[in-house]
Amino acid sequence: MKKLLLVWLTAAAGILGGFQNKPEDEVQLKLPAGFSARIFADDVGRARHLVVTPQGNVFVKLSRLENGKGIVLLQDLNKDGKAEKRTGFGDFPGTGIALTRDYLYASSDEDVFRFALDGNGNIKSAGAPPERIVTGLINRRQHAAKAITLDNRGNIYVNIGAFSNACQERDRTKESKGMMPCPVLDSAGGIWQFNAAKHDQTYGDGKRYATGLRNVVGLDWNKQSNQLFVTQHGRDQLSQLFPDLYDSKQSAELPAETLYAIKQGDDCGWPYIYYDAFQKKKILSPEYGGDGKKTGGEKAIDPLVSFPAHIAPNALLFYTGTMFPERYRNGAFIAFHGSWNRAPEMQKGYFVAFVPFKNGKPSGQWEIFADNFAGTKEIQAPGQAQHRPCGLAQGPDGALYVSDDVKGTIYKITYKRGASR
Amino acid sequence: MKVCIVVVIGIACTTSFALKAQDARTVESPAERGKMVYEQTCLPCHQADGSGVPNLAPPLIKGIFVNGDKKRLITILLQGLQDVEINGEYYANPMPAFDYLSDQEIADVLTYVRNHFSNDASPVHATEVMETRKTKQ
Repeated sequence: MKKLLLVWLTAAAGILGGFQNKPEDEVQLKLPAGFSARIFADDVGRARHLVVTPQGNVFVKLSRLENGKGIVLLQDLNKDGKAEKRTGFGDFPGTGIALTRDYLYASSDEDVFRFALDGNGNIKSAGAPPERIVTGLINRRQHAAKAITLDNRGNIYVNIGAFSNACQERDRTKESKGMMPCPVLDSAGGIWQFNAAKHDQTYGDGKRYATGLRNVVGLDWNKQSNQLFVTQHGRDQLSQLFPDLYDSKQSAELPAETLYAIKQGDDCGWPYIYYDAFQKKKILSPEYGGDGKKTGGEKAIDPLVSFPAHIAPNALLFYTGTMFPERYRNGAFIAFHGSWNRAPEMQKGYFVAFVPFKNGKPSGQWEIFADNFAGTKEIQAPGQAQHRPCGLAQGPDGALYVSDDVKGTIYKITYKRGASR
Repeated sequence: MKVCIVVVIGIACTTSFALKAQDARTVESPAERGKMVYEQTCLPCHQADGSGVPNLAPPLIKGIFVNGDKKRLITILLQGLQDVEINGEYYANPMPAFDYLSDQEIADVLTYVRNHFSNDASPVHATEVMETRKTKQ
């Protein structure tokens, strides 16, 4: 026993020593040649989505209040690539945050607010209550995050996630049937459009812009094609709910996580279908009479790109900067939060992916851009992941910021020309 | 470090051998039966190590709900659980009712959970599940 203890202590000392020898802001993310990552800030709280102003101010939305504040402003005043100054404000927790030249928008799980900005990218009247733009959105805890984005015509798009896994009569209950029609879709399971400037709007003032989306945490307005793009979290638990139709291995690989290009009025098919990336088909959900082969959703649109199951796309960002090489321009970065619903298989997907785009359409296969956020190779349970990517933002210099909602780490990823070999 | 690796591999091999041997015969002990129910029913959300899913499904490690009053714990399995604060956290995914499990299966899986994942609480008996089921109907 003594010997074993000694071995452990030696190992622990080695690990600690290793940390001490390393510059504290250097991160061992796995990145393509020429890219490097530094820790811009650490321990900021449960960092969800984030934005960066033209002046370089980084605003991070927190899903839990830190010292009573739900938004943190991070500033790198001496331009050394690390934030020295932190300022908390906003008394509501949440996920969504978005930016125009004049306003910072942020959401709770029920409302959307905005704060006026001054010419330096700071909150105009610190301490004053924000304007409430949208209120009374449904929050039943499941898929409650109200992710937001803005177009260039004065509209704001709000995800209202389905408060259900697959619209069963009894949610997440073995062999329970799907409700027909699914009543969840009246108030959730889609993207709602609101006026970005009007106060206190609710369902009646907005428009259900797209439906049949179970839960969208990543969404972005593509300025090149002038169109909304969204990433959906696909349904869970196929084998647990329908053990006669799916085994646990199939359940770990189905259905695909999906990226859609959205036009007003589109239906993406939830809960009646899911997308099977192996058969490349929309498959009728078992809750609605499906058997894993029958297709459905004739009126539902197809995804633009499909990704491995359950890895939870939590942020989408079209890159418009010039710091990264040409092939990244106008392409989509997607932050995957990593899976929980692959068990008993190993968990996967704690990474940032990239999809190259040309003229508003994918021009190649998706690839892993930044990996090793989890810190260990094999993740059996999601609680073992040291960091989980959750938000993405582009800095004025073209750097890519990634937030992590486990330890509240904000990474800044940069590219240096000529450093690739 | 080598000693440590050998020990770990040793344990892993013994465990996997034991599991294979177990499949071949009838599962007798409540703990073994409970483990099977856990793997089929609970593991997808509460995970193999009982650590749960951050923000979605609570851990079963230590915790007052798992180690505390048996009646309350049995009721959670029979009726499900939602919107309850656990150690300062809310978990978003609702737990469905597992009332389709038999009294014995519920007793077995709760006995297993109460004696794994660093828990150390008394076993649950099928009669206790039956009693709770009666009073809740």
